[in-house]
Amino acid sequence: MSLEEVVDNVKEGVDQDTVDAVREVGGKYKYGWETEIEMDYAPKGLSEDIVRLISEKNGEPEWMLEWRLEAYARWVKMTEPTWAMVHYPQIDFQDLYYYASPKSMAEKPKSLDDVDPKLLETYKKLGIPLKEQMILAGVEGAEELTEAPRKVAVDAVFDSVSVGTTFQAELKSKGVIFCSISEAIKEHPELVKKYLGSVVPQSDNFYATLNSAVFSDGSFVYIPPGVRCPMELSTYFRINAENTGQFERTLIIADKESYVSYLEGCTAPMRDTNQLHAAVVELVLLEDAEIKYSTVQNWYPGDEEGKGGIYNFVTKRADCRGDRSKVMWTQVETGSAVTWKYPSCILRGDDSQGEFYSIAIANHFQQADTGTKMIHLGKRTKSRIVSKGISAGKAQNTYRGLVSMHPKAKDSRNYTQCDSLLIGDKCGAHTVPYIEVKNNSSRVEHEATTSKVDDDQVFYCRQRGMDEEAAVALIVNGFAKEVLQALPMEFAMEAQQLVAISLEGSVG
Amino acid sequence: MTVASKIAADPRLDGLTVPAGGWPTAARSSALMRLQTMGLPVKRDEYWRYTDPSALVCEAPLPCDPLQTSTPIFGTVDKTRLVFVDGVFDADQSDAPELAGVEITRLFEVNDLDLHWAQGLYGKLEEAGQSPVARPLAALNTAQATEGMLVRVTGKPEKPLHISYRQSSKTSEAILHHVIKVEAGAELTLLETGTPGARSNVVLEVDIADGGTLHHVRPQGRAHGRHVATHLFARVATEATLKSFTLSLNGQLTRNEIVTEIVGDDAAVHVGGACVGDGDAFHHDDTVFITHDAVNCESRQVFKKVLRNGATGVFQGKILVKAGAQKTDGYQISQALLLDGDSQFLAKPELEIYADDVACSHGSTSGAIDEDAMFYLRSRGVPEKEAQNLLVIAFLGEALDEIENEDLAADLQSRLEAWFSRHST
Repeated sequence: MSLEEVVDNVKEGVDQDTVDAVREVGGKYKYGWETEIEMDYAPKGLSEDIVRLISEKNGEPEWMLEWRLEAYARWVKMTEPTWAMVHYPQIDFQDLYYYASPKSMAEKPKSLDDVDPKLLETYKKLGIPLKEQMILAGVEGAEELTEAPRKVAVDAVFDSVSVGTTFQAELKSKGVIFCSISEAIKEHPELVKKYLGSVVPQSDNFYATLNSAVFSDGSFVYIPPGVRCPMELSTYFRINAENTGQFERTLIIADKESYVSYLEGCTAPMRDTNQLHAAVVELVLLEDAEIKYSTVQNWYPGDEEGKGGIYNFVTKRADCRGDRSKVMWTQVETGSAVTWKYPSCILRGDDSQGEFYSIAIANHFQQADTGTKMIHLGKRTKSRIVSKGISAGKAQNTYRGLVSMHPKAKDSRNYTQCDSLLIGDKCGAHTVPYIEVKNNSSRVEHEATTSKVDDDQVFYCRQRGMDEEAAVALIVNGFAKEVLQALPMEFAMEAQQLVAISLEGSVG
Repeated sequence: MTVASKIAADPRLDGLTVPAGGWPTAARSSALMRLQTMGLPVKRDEYWRYTDPSALVCEAPLPCDPLQTSTPIFGTVDKTRLVFVDGVFDADQSDAPELAGVEITRLFEVNDLDLHWAQGLYGKLEEAGQSPVARPLAALNTAQATEGMLVRVTGKPEKPLHISYRQSSKTSEAILHHVIKVEAGAELTLLETGTPGARSNVVLEVDIADGGTLHHVRPQGRAHGRHVATHLFARVATEATLKSFTLSLNGQLTRNEIVTEIVGDDAAVHVGGACVGDGDAFHHDDTVFITHDAVNCESRQVFKKVLRNGATGVFQGKILVKAGAQKTDGYQISQALLLDGDSQFLAKPELEIYADDVACSHGSTSGAIDEDAMFYLRSRGVPEKEAQNLLVIAFLGEALDEIENEDLAADLQSRLEAWFSRHST
């Protein structure tokens, strides 16, 4: 169905802005261009030799190679999961490149000034500042602020390698380590050894195990005890090379009483073929630590006919080990042909908290199967899930989640709200929650709706003299903001550009 | 797990044959073939994630002492009663199988009786209900059952039809397969009560034609050690209504599956259940799958469970709205009241929706008794136990409200009250 037909099929009650917003998101993909740059590829396919090659390229110590080989040995015995409500042709894992790096990165540049200008140009075009004096694009009027502009440190990952990380010196003065994971393996082996794979073990699932064997780069963050990270940290992932899988690995450790806000963005060129992205993100939180992890996922979603696009199979998990630690996942999912992603929280420490806020928009032939897991193990742990799914065109959007209250998680609390909005009659919206309550002092509440806008709320507004359009706009406004406001300001800007301001006017 | 990927030859099915006897033989053979491709359920099947099926499929039933004393259920309600003892029809204890507007035939005696209406249904709704999720115990039932009632409703009988189960042997196994056809505009109230056997597998195939109505009220047997798997397969046509309610008190393992397909416009399906679980041997599972394949239909699922002393309650409910099933109103609520820290509630309330002009919602809650409500009652001088019982019964009462016939609802309510006053902890 063409977009025009979708628009024609929109039923009364759905705000026109929503339609425009969805058109904006799905209709044209702003980041679909390609950087022409000479690349260095590993041979196609996956074998033990490729794993060794990746390890060698990164100049890794022996223990890291062994860890990878162990994962690889497990992976060859595993089968692909099929339980998600997504359909795609079988992936030929031997028909992919597992390592692609710009030739100019063969010798690691000493500073950002030495980085290939083509790469810098790429990030500039994406609106990602790699010069430290610059502030993040999209923050209107920030130049006029009297106080110093807010800084955001960026780690830029291009295909398989990290191009550079900004503000490293300033962060270092506070004791914060922010670098690529390949650098961390060399510079901080004690931390990597201790925490890598401790949240998402090598054997976790098919894609996580694959990632453990072949991950090429990603970001590493360590916040020392008592430190509030002085700026937001962010990683920007760009897939550029064709037929290449991107396997990044992110590890964030928030030591006692520390705080960090971390942002993640991603884009890829428009291509007819599908590309695989299988990332693993591990967050470790010790006592009283807090991590805010925000994602704007805007991988190429494929064209209107469903051709091309990224397969986004990601494992993200936070382990709240310390008492009173707090993690917050916020995601705006607009890209990817197929998404399979469940950012989760293990609430192990007493009084720890997990939050998950998500907006997922699927248009044309996109398929998204996403949600979260909240595993309550500690006493008085709290979790909150707010998920908004919007389907248009022929897209399928599924919320899949688990809330588990273990017998020892006394006096814990969960609240889950998942809402779906359908635009057009060829798309689907699904909800698959698992709720496991094993003690009686905990309260679990789950609500899900699929509709346009809650009639009662419209009725309430109408009674007070608003017309339906205004009522819908008002209701949805308050509603979408619940998720958008959970984003740090810089990202909220980008998210709003993405979803267009008029996500106010859709979710109901 | 897909049916195809399962090992085709389940050794537990070796040597299984179908009983011969008239036209059902063909349906039995075809069910056996289905069963052989899907295999018997195992704990690792996604659909059995929360309930271990092994006691339902092991070679011999686990022994269960029959319940001795019990006041007859719905004793004051005038009805036509058909009694099955250990899964076998007992004519002596039954009323004459006569009810105006209803044709009743015993499956065991069907042979080559020309019952075209039943021949087109027997095993057919069960077969249709095998997709998208396999229900091997139902196929096993179709293949093995020789007892049950074939009921055709053509009018509006003035009293309910009562299928009453009794267990006398400690190790009896009951396999019962009933077919109910409600013709256009007809209406029946069907009561199904008691424990069919130490282990039982009961299938009910229900076909409701345009404008027909079936009220189904099912207080399940209270024998402590019983294991029961039931399936209600229903096909609901235009402007037809299905209302089914199940009450379960005690019983070691209960798996009640309700699989309903709404095929005609403006139809309504209400399914509900209340369950009280006591003790760590107690496991109760409601699995519901409602498919909307018509316009302007309504479905409602209301399930409440009260669990204590380590009991486990499971709810797996799904509303599937097919493309084109516009103006669907789908509602689902599952709630558990956990009276102590050892009991557990496991739920998977699902929505799968392919039409945009729908209002579908589900809610699920779980927790202890509301302390504020408790305080309110206590401060007015209500003793603690009594206050707790009051709140528990009020909680279950919201599910009982789903029963349309007030006499039947009142009978079940008084049973619940009596049970709680006897079993106050």
